Amino acid sequence: MSITYLEAIREAQAKLLREDERVFIYGQDVGGTFGGAFKATKGLAKEFPGRVLNTPISEDAIVGTAIGAALNGMRPIVEMQFADFSSIALNQILNHAGTHYWRTQVPVPITVRLPGGGTKGSGPFHSQSMESIYAHYPGLIVMTPATVEDAYTMLIEAVAIDDPVIYCEHKYLYYHLKADKLPEKGLPTGRARIARAGRDLTIVTYSAMVQESLSAAEELAREGLESEVVDLRTVKPLDTDTVLASVARTGRLLCVGESFPWGGATAEIIARVTSAGFHLLDAAPVRINAKDTPIPYHPNLWSAHRPSAKTIAAKARMLLRE
Amino acid sequence: MLQTAPRSKRTTAKKAPVHERFREAFRWMLLARTMEEKLVSLYRGGHITGGVYIGKGQEAISVACGLFLEKNDIFAPLIRDQAGRSAFGEPLVDVARTYLGSRLGPMRGRDGNIHRGRPSDNQLAMISHLGAMVSATVGALMAKRFKGEKKFVGLTAIGEGGMQTGSCHEGMNIAAVEQVPLVVVAFASHDLVERAIGYGFEGYSLDGTDLNACLDVIGSAVKRARAGRPPQLVVAAMLRLSGHGEHDDASYVTDEIKRQPFAQDCLKLAEKKIVDLELVDAETLRSWRDDAAAKVEEAITTAQQDPQPAGEKEDWCALHTRELLDQME
Repeated sequence: MSITYLEAIREAQAKLLREDERVFIYGQDVGGTFGGAFKATKGLAKEFPGRVLNTPISEDAIVGTAIGAALNGMRPIVEMQFADFSSIALNQILNHAGTHYWRTQVPVPITVRLPGGGTKGSGPFHSQSMESIYAHYPGLIVMTPATVEDAYTMLIEAVAIDDPVIYCEHKYLYYHLKADKLPEKGLPTGRARIARAGRDLTIVTYSAMVQESLSAAEELAREGLESEVVDLRTVKPLDTDTVLASVARTGRLLCVGESFPWGGATAEIIARVTSAGFHLLDAAPVRINAKDTPIPYHPNLWSAHRPSAKTIAAKARMLLRE
Repeated sequence: MLQTAPRSKRTTAKKAPVHERFREAFRWMLLARTMEEKLVSLYRGGHITGGVYIGKGQEAISVACGLFLEKNDIFAPLIRDQAGRSAFGEPLVDVARTYLGSRLGPMRGRDGNIHRGRPSDNQLAMISHLGAMVSATVGALMAKRFKGEKKFVGLTAIGEGGMQTGSCHEGMNIAAVEQVPLVVVAFASHDLVERAIGYGFEGYSLDGTDLNACLDVIGSAVKRARAGRPPQLVVAAMLRLSGHGEHDDASYVTDEIKRQPFAQDCLKLAEKKIVDLELVDAETLRSWRDDAAAKVEEAITTAQQDPQPAGEKEDWCALHTRELLDQME
């Protein structure tokens, strides 16, 4: 048996619908026979009648509705058709869901699934990585699963958490990643994972950049350079302890993210390591992100816009020469 | 389906039967006005941080919004809904505590003035971004339907400005798609009731200065929603008899506008009806005023004696799941 990242997301939702009557799925074209733009809910409407609901193209109202339902005992899973479109729902997510517990002491247990990240030919409006925007605001958990196993267990965990969870699923991984089976249990939320052990350099990353970083590490290993790859799993909370422990072993830090370069998760990691672990560093930390332009359409431009195994490896070599 | 109720004509209103809850509604209006006058006084004396946002002129509509809801219904009030909040069951001390920043209020100094609520008691806590509460109310009603509850309704208020937001539009549309028992009450100086057609709501308009009309029309809309009719839109004509907040002197409101029928003070009109129709005697009316003043005094005095929040003692955690708090320092 082989199961993809996308199938893991579907299976997690099926399990949640089966085992928790408070769960319903809400989004554009998720119901009926269509099963969502990427088929992450395929067949669920038939299996769970009345609990996989199509919505109008109204991202603001979709999240607003989910908030109201969550306040009244439900556990809605919202599917944004593309992460990019969640910009329409920013007000409800950041100002309503994100502030609610702080203001009222009543939590808002919604899960918002964001199919994000680049794929060839998707262009500026269907490729964005939104995790840094959501992590910037208080009151939200931001998950960025990088493996089939995490895609499954973290979505189940997201729905169990009483606070709003932004679940960033990467479209590039939907079909590219496969696992033999789904685990019963994953690491705790907020705990990073050492995806590859190494002594020369720490690469901290998340989501699809974990795979690119692992490929880069393979390339570097052929040159005798051993990279440790830390998969953050959640951008917020950020497991600073695991990152610092890795930097303590290697003395060098490279942060990799697919989102735009100004601020964001990679900058936050470097800020924390230089504040709390300056003495651990043998060289100035480095980061690599997408370029500071909208995401291009053409495959030649797209593949040069985002970090890749090649550019990550090049940056690592530069850092190791210091 | 559009059903536009004719606007009440004041010449015939005296002859119309007085709504059975007219006196009760008037007392909530009186309490709201008394409370808000006190808040204005405190603000001008420098005792309230931030702003004070009152519902002067809107009390007749607002009280009708809160009065016909049951405890199990959902109420998402807006800025000028003191009368409706009180009628729905908000303790007056919540108002005082929120405005005065008490640690013991529902918002505990973390949010102020009209941004308050008790979601666990079905009174949602509005955010400033207009229109956002419409879909939240829809979601709350969907949850009740999921759970198999019956005969519930939700009501939310919106102003003419708020009705122009995309959020309001999306929320009203999704209410019609889901066919939830929602009542949207709009305060407007233009009659926007024909929008009901586009949304698939049943629409009614009324004179928002006429308490009797407000009770009749909004009460009926709540009843229809509860009975399973489509979502209801009620557009009430009125003029805000204050600035946006007490920092705003409303000097932009012309004398011509102030002479319009919708610019009358609903509280004064309701009191005139009480006197003209001898609904209660002068002594009772006076006792109602005294009672309102005493309740306001008690609420304010209580809040003034409460502890204030302190930065060094605050629990700076925006998550319910404390173990997932990001450790930044």
